[in-house]
Amino acid sequence: MSASDDIWILGISMTKFGKHLDKDVVDLGAEAIKGALADAGVSMRDVGVLAAGNLMGRGGIGQQLQKQIGQTGIPVYNVANACATGATALRTAIMAVKAGEVDMGLAVGVEKLAGAGLLGGHDRAPDDAEWKPRGRFGAVGPVDGRIGTETMPGVFAQIGMEYGHKYGGTSFELFAKISEKNHSHSTLNPLAAYSKAMSLEQIMGDVMIAYPNTRPMCSANCDGAAAAVVVNGAKLKTLSLEQQRRAVKVTASVLTTDPWQEACQVLPDVNTLTRNAARQAYEQAGVGPKDLDLVELHDCFATAELVHYDNLMLCEEGGAVDFFESGASWRTGSTPVNVSGGLQSKGHPISATGIANIWEVAQHVRGECGDRQIEGAKIGLAHVIGLGSACGVHILEKSAA
Amino acid sequence: MPTPTQIPFVDYLVLDDGDPHLVAHECTSCGARFFDRRNACASCFADDFKTVPIATEGELRSFTIVAFAAPGVDVPFVAGVVDCDGTTVRGNVVNCPPDPEHVTLGMKVRLTTFSTGTDERGVDAVNFGFEPAG
Repeated sequence: MSASDDIWILGISMTKFGKHLDKDVVDLGAEAIKGALADAGVSMRDVGVLAAGNLMGRGGIGQQLQKQIGQTGIPVYNVANACATGATALRTAIMAVKAGEVDMGLAVGVEKLAGAGLLGGHDRAPDDAEWKPRGRFGAVGPVDGRIGTETMPGVFAQIGMEYGHKYGGTSFELFAKISEKNHSHSTLNPLAAYSKAMSLEQIMGDVMIAYPNTRPMCSANCDGAAAAVVVNGAKLKTLSLEQQRRAVKVTASVLTTDPWQEACQVLPDVNTLTRNAARQAYEQAGVGPKDLDLVELHDCFATAELVHYDNLMLCEEGGAVDFFESGASWRTGSTPVNVSGGLQSKGHPISATGIANIWEVAQHVRGECGDRQIEGAKIGLAHVIGLGSACGVHILEKSAA
Repeated sequence: MPTPTQIPFVDYLVLDDGDPHLVAHECTSCGARFFDRRNACASCFADDFKTVPIATEGELRSFTIVAFAAPGVDVPFVAGVVDCDGTTVRGNVVNCPPDPEHVTLGMKVRLTTFSTGTDERGVDAVNFGFEPAG
């Protein structure tokens, strides 16, 4: 690989996650972009392409942002890939740089989600006066609640329970302990939406949403944004030594969808595409799971975190329960997972998540993560899943300079 | 043509051909099975399908007990995934208390049907679920 094929994060930023009552999506996205540009030491004038993601807004977020922070006429790609939207935006900017069309790209993901409530389900309309088959299943009425569940807590509860059926060892308490870890980790993260430790008793005794997921075991709907500036190696060489020193190498950037598997259209299969993405990413980066100093993975629910230990090959196949029980995924363990607090406490402003997890890893490998710094972190992995499905995996490495 | 007295809640539930059972579209090339209307096979891209009956007994491969749902959806209910002799089916677990003492991974279940109500014409929409078997 020549220097110009290398991809580097030159600057990256995330806003505080939480309730931003006085800011709209453009305010939040602009804050993240200005933060990333300042971190990179560049301006909108230097940026050749913008990829932007926002799912709940009115569309065209990239152009809305340009109108506030700088209209330079560059191409904008507005992208959408469910909860993997942020990673998709970053991947889009990286592809443009890799293709050689530009030497610097910008990606942003932003969401206003505080108070959004339950995702995936829809208020059930009254049944029609006459039963009439509609849609691809010829259903005479809404099926949510009548033939399974369409809400996210229920779908991901089944994904965790399915793992338990296949390999054994899971329980309500085990899943709650995973949540206890992430809430504990969040106490060190000032940008988290919730940064309070919760005891196992509090977590298990909280409101049940979809067994075995209680409320604190579900990702926190909140507002937030994250943005990143990427450059190729040739461009980086023209920049200051300080910029080169702080740049973080993107040694793998992968996006996958789910290949057909029996049952994947009945219960979403979040396993195969994650495993495929991880395999490709390790190969691209030339590293293995044992080389990782930290992992930010998509714990949209406590039940999801467990299966991704296995999918990302942090443990042997079928060994996720033992891996967790060993303490490996605590910040003091051998493979710290979600030291940011994860989606359960840091929060999950959907389009921002796939860049915010990369920000977390980048700050650690730069050695700039303050109180929650994983000492000596050199290599980290960020994973995100958008149901439907899309999976983004990025591996970052400390600059050699 | 007289108005039927009942209608299946979804078109892959068959009520008028022997015991109630589900059917799937099976790809004639690769054998992949689907419950929805198809444009082509997601596994091998062929576009010829035949209708096949699905076993009415199976094993509960996963479940959740939904306690909090969208407005208008009755809770609690048990949503599950059932392995019906190699074909995976989504459905609720019914005729069983909705708690983890009574609903367990791997439990044997069988298809059952029940009324979801009648419309203005008096037509009964019949849905399916899975109940504990044995």
